[in-house]
Amino acid sequence: MMEPVPDWHPTATRDALVARAALLARTRAFMAERGVLEVEVPALSVAAAPDPHLASLAVVTTAGTRHLHTSPEYPLKRLLAAGFGDCYALGKVWREGEVGSRHQPEFTMLEWYRVGWDHRRLMAELAELIAALLAPRHALAAPEVVSYRDAFQARLGLDPLRADAGALAELCVARGAVGARDLERMALDRDGLLDLLCSHYVHPTLGAGRVTLLTDFPASQCALARIRPGHDGEPAVAERFEAFVGGVELANGYHELADAAEQRQRFERANRTRADRGLPTMPLDERLLAALAHGLPACAGVALGFDRVAMLALGAGTLDEVIAFPWTRA
Amino acid sequence: MAVYSTSDWKGGLKVMMDGDPYSIVENEHVKPGKGQAFNRVRMRNLKTGRILEKTFKSGDTLEGADIVEAEYQYMYNDGTFFHFMHPETFEQIAANPSAVGEGSKWLKENDNCNLLLWNGVPMAVTPQPHVILKVTRCDPGVKGDTARGGGDKPALLETGAEVRVPLFVNEGDSVRVDTRTGEYVSRA
Repeated sequence: MMEPVPDWHPTATRDALVARAALLARTRAFMAERGVLEVEVPALSVAAAPDPHLASLAVVTTAGTRHLHTSPEYPLKRLLAAGFGDCYALGKVWREGEVGSRHQPEFTMLEWYRVGWDHRRLMAELAELIAALLAPRHALAAPEVVSYRDAFQARLGLDPLRADAGALAELCVARGAVGARDLERMALDRDGLLDLLCSHYVHPTLGAGRVTLLTDFPASQCALARIRPGHDGEPAVAERFEAFVGGVELANGYHELADAAEQRQRFERANRTRADRGLPTMPLDERLLAALAHGLPACAGVALGFDRVAMLALGAGTLDEVIAFPWTRA
Repeated sequence: MAVYSTSDWKGGLKVMMDGDPYSIVENEHVKPGKGQAFNRVRMRNLKTGRILEKTFKSGDTLEGADIVEAEYQYMYNDGTFFHFMHPETFEQIAANPSAVGEGSKWLKENDNCNLLLWNGVPMAVTPQPHVILKVTRCDPGVKGDTARGGGDKPALLETGAEVRVPLFVNEGDSVRVDTRTGEYVSRA
């Protein structure tokens, strides 16, 4: 029998790659007009993001294990702490195990920071960039800003900031997201249940004909965002946001946490969660923590999935159509 | 058997779940920006043929199912079991009537069939899409009918199957039948 010839062809058409190149150029022009500096940061770092939901790829070198970055966040923040001002990185990042029509383990990310801005101001700029990149195929209506709480409550009738894990689990089963037995097997914590409900019932409805910015996340999902205490007995929220168009999540951003001690605590908590789940713990980025201790200027930052933007801009159904050689043909 | 994690669940992969073998139809990775990732999976139960939609936590694992698909030659029915032979190894295997199901009415000795084996036991037998069978009984066509058609009539085939055939088909003719629809295709 003859061995099949390996499929060496690109999955994207030439037209798609021409359009993609134009989107990259437009992105850089957008940043240049606004005085945001393009910088390059190392892809291989001795440290890695301890977030238990991110899996870094490790590379063995003669100088020890290095980790391919899951975002350029840490070195960009070191530049901010060094006083370099507004900056961005546009390049490849890696997240192991994420493969699907909207996920690639190797993908292109645009991440930028604005000094002196809060998340609200950065959300407006993000929406402007997305609209510019998606035009002319998508003439988007004015962007909307919705709180996580309102979006969740409107669709599921439950307050995500106050409902306990039992009520969320009941809702998962009542809505048919999963069977009771499966839910038990999944052993999700409270945030896991919120994620299950959001990814099934909230996210797909966001961003119909416009950019929807989902903001003020539960404090337990703060990641690297500042937490804003609630007033009059209201729960605290994280000053974090995500952008959606047509149910596709395109970006995640923060009003950045600048407190080195709190950042270290969050990293250590993430590593403890990793250990509890039997995941390897990650070496903390001591250089980032030292930079934060030195002083990070008040700022907001956001990471945008460039391939997904290209997919929407070209009206493609999968990422493979806008990537020359996706993971399966790399 | 190997253990497969959600990221390995490609279409066509055969896995075990709750004691039944399944074939993965579709596997979509769903992940909120940050936080827990899930896989929404469509999978076919190979025993019942039913398609199931299920959400898994990314990283969940399922054991592989020992499923083999192979072409076998039908030999005979001993009154209970259907016996098949591998055309190259001459290995013989017996299938339960439930595995053969409706397909039994198309089985003619020496014809090839597709067998789905689970742990070496046939769980489904699929006849060739088209089989050629002899008409053992049918009423003669009304005089004046031609190959241009104009009605049909029942015909009993050598395997016991009954199909509708055009009026010009006679006893003793061989006909080609589509086993998926149970319909007459042509005279053979």
